[in-house]
Amino acid sequence: MIEETLIPKIGVVTDIRKDTPDVKTFRVVGTDGKKLFKHMPGQCAMVSIPGVGECMFSITSSPTNEEYMEFSIKKCGCVTEVIHALEVGAQITVRGPYGKNFPVEEDFKGKDLLFIAGGIGLAPLRSVINYVRHYRKNYGKVVIVYGARSKDDLVDIDEIQNEWVNEPNMEVYLTIDRPQEGWDGHVGFVPAYVKELGLDPNMTAVLCGPPIMIKFTLAGLLELGFEKSRVYTTLELRMKCGVGKCGRCNVGDKFVCKDGPVFRMTELDELPDEY
Amino acid sequence: MFKIAKERLNELYSKIAETFGLFIPIKKGGEVNYHVWGEGKEVSLETLKTVKSPKNAFFPQSENLMKFKTEGKNLEIIDVRWDKTEKPFVMFGVKACDYKAIEVLDKVFLADPVDTYYQSRREATTIVTLACSRPEESCFCNAFGIDATAPQGDVTTWLDGENLYWQANTQKGEALTAAVKELLTEGGEEKVEAQKASTKAIMEKLPFASLDLSRFKPENLNELFEDPAWESMSEACLGCGTCTFVCPTCQCFDIRDFKTNEGVIRYRCWDSCMYSDFTLMAHGNSRTTQMQRFRQRFMHKLVYYPSQNDGLYSCVGCGRCVNKCPQKLNIVKVIKTLGGKNND
Repeated sequence: MIEETLIPKIGVVTDIRKDTPDVKTFRVVGTDGKKLFKHMPGQCAMVSIPGVGECMFSITSSPTNEEYMEFSIKKCGCVTEVIHALEVGAQITVRGPYGKNFPVEEDFKGKDLLFIAGGIGLAPLRSVINYVRHYRKNYGKVVIVYGARSKDDLVDIDEIQNEWVNEPNMEVYLTIDRPQEGWDGHVGFVPAYVKELGLDPNMTAVLCGPPIMIKFTLAGLLELGFEKSRVYTTLELRMKCGVGKCGRCNVGDKFVCKDGPVFRMTELDELPDEY
Repeated sequence: MFKIAKERLNELYSKIAETFGLFIPIKKGGEVNYHVWGEGKEVSLETLKTVKSPKNAFFPQSENLMKFKTEGKNLEIIDVRWDKTEKPFVMFGVKACDYKAIEVLDKVFLADPVDTYYQSRREATTIVTLACSRPEESCFCNAFGIDATAPQGDVTTWLDGENLYWQANTQKGEALTAAVKELLTEGGEEKVEAQKASTKAIMEKLPFASLDLSRFKPENLNELFEDPAWESMSEACLGCGTCTFVCPTCQCFDIRDFKTNEGVIRYRCWDSCMYSDFTLMAHGNSRTTQMQRFRQRFMHKLVYYPSQNDGLYSCVGCGRCVNKCPQKLNIVKVIKTLGGKNND
C-alpha cells in the first residue's frame, strides 16, 4: 500500500520520567526497538492513544539522539490526562515529523544564541539546545534563561543542573515566580529577569513559553536593542491533520503545522493577530 | 461532438452503469443529490444546484481512516483504505461551478503529502460535466471567471429540449465515450453554440453579474482583516455551519475515534470553522467570538487561499450559501461590503 501520512506508526513507551507535578517526559521507540523517524529541532509529532484522541507535541529530544524520541507532556486536557496514566511498555501511535524546524543549519550557525523559556516552553527548546551542544563548535556563546512558577515546575532540572551548567561557553540562568523554601536562585518573572541580565542584543534569540511571557519578553528584548528579524518563537494552535489540510491551525495565509511552528518575529508581524 | 436523444438517456445511464458506479443527481425525499444510479431512480439533470455538492464523492461527509485492534498491550493498525480493484466511478451532470470546486479541493488534498483517501477516489472517477442553460439569480460563477456554458471535465455535455450533446476532453473521457459509442450519433455543434449564446444572455442580467473582487488581494490581507465592517456583517450569524456543509470548496475536517466492539475506528468528517470549538485547545481558543469565526471563513476563501494558490479564489459562485443561510448572510454580501469600489 502507498504511504499515507494520517496512518501512524506504533510506538512503545520505554521510560517515563516525572519532571514536575504536571509534566512527564515519555521515551518512545518503535516496536522493533529503534527510533521511529528522524526529525530536526523544533519539529513536532502527532501522538495518539487510539480511542481517546491525537495531539501535536514538540519532540523534545535532540535529533542527535539516534536511539529514541522523547516528548515532555503537560497534563492539561483529556488526551494528556490519559497519556499521563500510561505505564512503561504501553503502545501508542506516533506520526511525523511535522513542521518547519529552527534554522540550526542556516541562520543559527556561527551565532551567539539566547534561549528563553517559560514552563513547558522548554520542551521544544531542549531539542535545539542539545543539538547545539552536540555540534558545539558550530555555534558561539549560548545563554539560557529559564523560568517556571516554582522550583518544582522546572522541567528536566536534572539535565540542566548536571549537564547544561557545565557546558563550556554556555550560561544558564534559572528563575522562579515567587520565593520558595530551598531555592536560593533568582526570583521573578522571565521578562523582568531578561532585562536585568542586560543581554548582548547581537545574539539570535529563541523564545518559547506562555503567550503572555513571550509578549513581555519580546518587548524587553526590543528595548535592549535586539532586532525582530533575529528573534524566533513557536506557535501552538489546534491541529488535526498536521499537513495543512484540515484547516484548524490556519492563521492568515499560513498553517502553523506546515509553515510553522517556528516563526521569526518579523513573519508573525505580517500575520493577522489571531494566534 | 456527439448527441443522444433525451428519451434515450436511460439507456445511456444503463450502459455506463455496466462498467462504472454511476453517480448522478437523483431526487430522493424531496431533495436532489448525487446518488448511485439504478433503474427506476428519478434522475434530475435539470436541477441546477444539488443540495450537497459533488465534493461528497471524493471527500465524503464521513469516512473511516483506519482501525485499531488491541490484544493485551499490543496495538495493531488496520488499513481500511478504498480498494482500487473496486469499480471506477462516473460523476455525471457536474456543473461548471462544482467542477471548478473540485480543482480547488485538488490543490489541498493532492498537495504534498498527498491525501491518499481523496486521491484514490479522484483517480478512479471520470467526470461528466453539464453546461448550465438556465442559471438562477443566486448564481455568480462568472465573477470568478467560470464559464457555465462550457465547463471542463473529462466529458462536457449540453442538454436542450431534444438531446444531450457530448464532447470528450481527456483520455478518461475518450474511454468513456468508447464505452457508450453505440448509443451516440454525430452532430449538435450548432445547437450547442446557440445554447451558449442564450445562456450568456441570461447570465449578464443576473443580479450578481458584476461583483467586483479587485480588493481581495494578498497585499490587502491585514487591511481587510482589520476592517470594522466584520462586526456588523457577522452580527446575525448563528454559527450553524450550514454554509460550510453546502459549500463545494469547504474542506475543513475533524479526525475522531469511535470505540466499537471490534476495536477503535478512526474516522474523519466534515467540520466547520464557524463552530466555537473548532479551534478550542486544552489551554485556550484562538477564535473566541463568532465575528472572528465568520471572518476566518470569508478571509480564507477570498484572501488566504488565493494567496497560497496563485490567486485562485476558494469560492466558485455556486450560490448555495445564498440560498441556504437561515440568516440571509452570504459571501455576496461580504464581497459587496469589502470588495472593490464597483460593488453598488
